[in-house]
Amino acid sequence: MKFCYEITGGDFSAGGSASSQVKKTLKQFNIAPQVLRRIAVALYEAEMNVVAHAWRGSMCVNINVDHLSVVVEDEGPGIEDIDRAMEEGFSTATEEVRQMGFGAGMGLPNIRKNSDEMELTSTPGIGTRLTLTIRF
Amino acid sequence: MKQMNVQQLNQLIPGTILLEGHASTLYTKAFASDLMSDVLRFQMEQTVLVTGLCTIQVLRTAEMSNITCIIFARGKRVSPDMLALAEEHHITLIESALTLFEISGRLYQGGLEPVYR
Ligand SMILES: Nc1ncnc2c1ncn2[C@@H]1O[C@H](COP(=O)(O)OP(=O)(O)O)[C@@H](O)[C@H]1O
Ligand SMILES: [Mg+2]
Repeated sequence: MKFCYEITGGDFSAGGSASSQVKKTLKQFNIAPQVLRRIAVALYEAEMNVVAHAWRGSMCVNINVDHLSVVVEDEGPGIEDIDRAMEEGFSTATEEVRQMGFGAGMGLPNIRKNSDEMELTSTPGIGTRLTLTIRF
Repeated sequence: MKQMNVQQLNQLIPGTILLEGHASTLYTKAFASDLMSDVLRFQMEQTVLVTGLCTIQVLRTAEMSNITCIIFARGKRVSPDMLALAEEHHITLIESALTLFEISGRLYQGGLEPVYR
């Protein structure tokens, strides 16, 4: 079962609505609450990265028998140094992003912690692609 | 471990309960932060969030991490959007004029625990 949602860069009031939809959908399945929380947290941080750092993007989730696969793709400035971006505390977030309670450089490390597999690729000037696998 | 419902924990402050979500939840822990990325790093079940940040993202963060009670410090006023989202997800909202520090102190003295030691 596959669902896709659009994400708009800079739209902080709508930020999180895609993750919210996915969480709502997954609640209908028999998934352990801890796993559901890990999924929700990882998706939300990924969605907020598109809102905070990119122009526009999408989140597609594929619900399989024993795992969820996720692709979050965006058009945006991309990431020059992926290893650096993955470090705790590294952030290029603007003051506006900080005022929303994000921008401490904890998002990507937390996404990694909450997922079983994570792959982040990016082309500077074009965009970024994040794929995640979380087992139920 | 000390457990308290919304009414009991609000008596420690006391603030204005704007909305009562999960009335039956018993809280054992509290976490105070203005940084939502930090909130998202911990297990938040049965935890009260105390924050000076008053934006829609606080509600989204609560929704994602299963937080069912938020106390807004320093007299911050909840917007209608925030209230609507809280209603949808059965999240209790409390407003207080006290600082984050004083609310945290009162909850700690009342027996709530930190999320880790
Ligand atoms: N989708 C994205 N597009 C462009 N840059 C990104 C994206 N996601 C993350 N980054 C870069 O990686 C850094 C670290 O991301 P993260 O750990 O989520 O922290 P934060 O979002 O709080 O800055 C960001 O500050 C930004 O420079
Ligand atoms: Mg981030």
